[in-house]
Amino acid sequence: MRRFSFTVNGKQTAVETYPMKRLLDVLREDLGLHGTKEGCGEGECGACSVILDGDLVNSCLIPAIAAENATICTIEGVSNHPIQDAFIEVGGAQCGICTPGMILASIHLLSREPHPTVEQIREGLAGNLCRCTGYTKIVAAVEKAAQSLS
Amino acid sequence: MRSCVPDYDAVSTQDISAALDLLASGEGWRPIAGGTDLMVLFNAGKMPYSRLFSICSIPILRSIEMLPNEVIIGAAVTYTQIRRHELIQAEFPLLATAASWTGGIANQNRGTLGGNIVNASPAADSSPALLVYDAELTLLSKRGERRIPYRNFHIGYKQMQILPDELLYQIRLPRHSAKLVQYSRKVGTRRAQAISKVSLAAASRLERAAIQDIRIAAGSVAPIPLRCYRTEQLLTGQSMTSDLIERARETIRSEISPLSDIRSAEDYRSLVTANLLQEYLESLR
Repeated sequence: MRRFSFTVNGKQTAVETYPMKRLLDVLREDLGLHGTKEGCGEGECGACSVILDGDLVNSCLIPAIAAENATICTIEGVSNHPIQDAFIEVGGAQCGICTPGMILASIHLLSREPHPTVEQIREGLAGNLCRCTGYTKIVAAVEKAAQSLS
Repeated sequence: MRSCVPDYDAVSTQDISAALDLLASGEGWRPIAGGTDLMVLFNAGKMPYSRLFSICSIPILRSIEMLPNEVIIGAAVTYTQIRRHELIQAEFPLLATAASWTGGIANQNRGTLGGNIVNASPAADSSPALLVYDAELTLLSKRGERRIPYRNFHIGYKQMQILPDELLYQIRLPRHSAKLVQYSRKVGTRRAQAISKVSLAAASRLERAAIQDIRIAAGSVAPIPLRCYRTEQLLTGQSMTSDLIERARETIRSEISPLSDIRSAEDYRSLVTANLLQEYLESLR
């Protein structure tokens, strides 16, 4: 085991863990941040999405060694973001398992494209799978958030 | 079943010489870049290596350099870097497009061009583009540097011309493709994030109505990403006619050796490869 330092949701933190432990498990088990979900465990579904040094990533594919000294944002770090209001108002969440990943993917998209087209929203969220909504209301929520942020 | 995390060791290397030292140590150290392939194996309990060194923090491996005659892409450059690079978009659109095909945005932010090459999947999205652009690979070891044309790199399913102490260092693309008529298309189950059933990339130019400099490469239809030399030979110097297109369809179908597997069927892959080639050739008329 080794000591790894990260900045998580603005807070400097360190954990004693194994270098190949997945960032997903470090967040959930070592730091008690259960908002980040595990879906497929192979980078297909996006449920475990977090923002690492400004990039959207699948935390199930990041070993602790690759996140050392990184700045990480999880769903807990964006609890007051307008995108969350938009998802609630439009009905962009149903069972909720994909929602943390959808929110972070949306924030990542809006940080680069403040006024995305529907096509850009679909591409930005293509790595996040949802089995409930049919996506229409998720896309609408991102459009609404873009309007409220501008 | 998931791998037992304490059984694995990993370190981060900060420069090339430290990476080459680990590769030469004989202690079983293997490089990991974005992890979008290796971590999938790890999570499934199928990781073949127990000692890994991360190469993502080595700046030279993360840089794209445009020289007058070539572009040099570090092996750990991500798909996102490739997609966003304006000169790559302008001169090597097939590579920028292939980067946009690969996984979702999160995968593109981590996955690397070098990783796509050494993972050696016949379905790798970037491979047909690299074959069409006559890419050259630079391999580094403590013994020195060596270069190999990418078209000679894959020698069998998951078999490559790389030695255990060598690191894929750079991918070099000659800057002579801008005037070619370029084409690529991927056929998968869904537009985003699917692994290809068939992909095709091609480039050529017409000189007094005759096809010149034609390069054709296909993915997911052979044990390796395939440069289709026989089809290129058939087409070189010829004028486009319906008869020529028909013969090119037959030639490429005889050149590939697709399998039926979880993603597609042999007959479908063969037919679609010919259809994609025809789509390209029709665009040259």
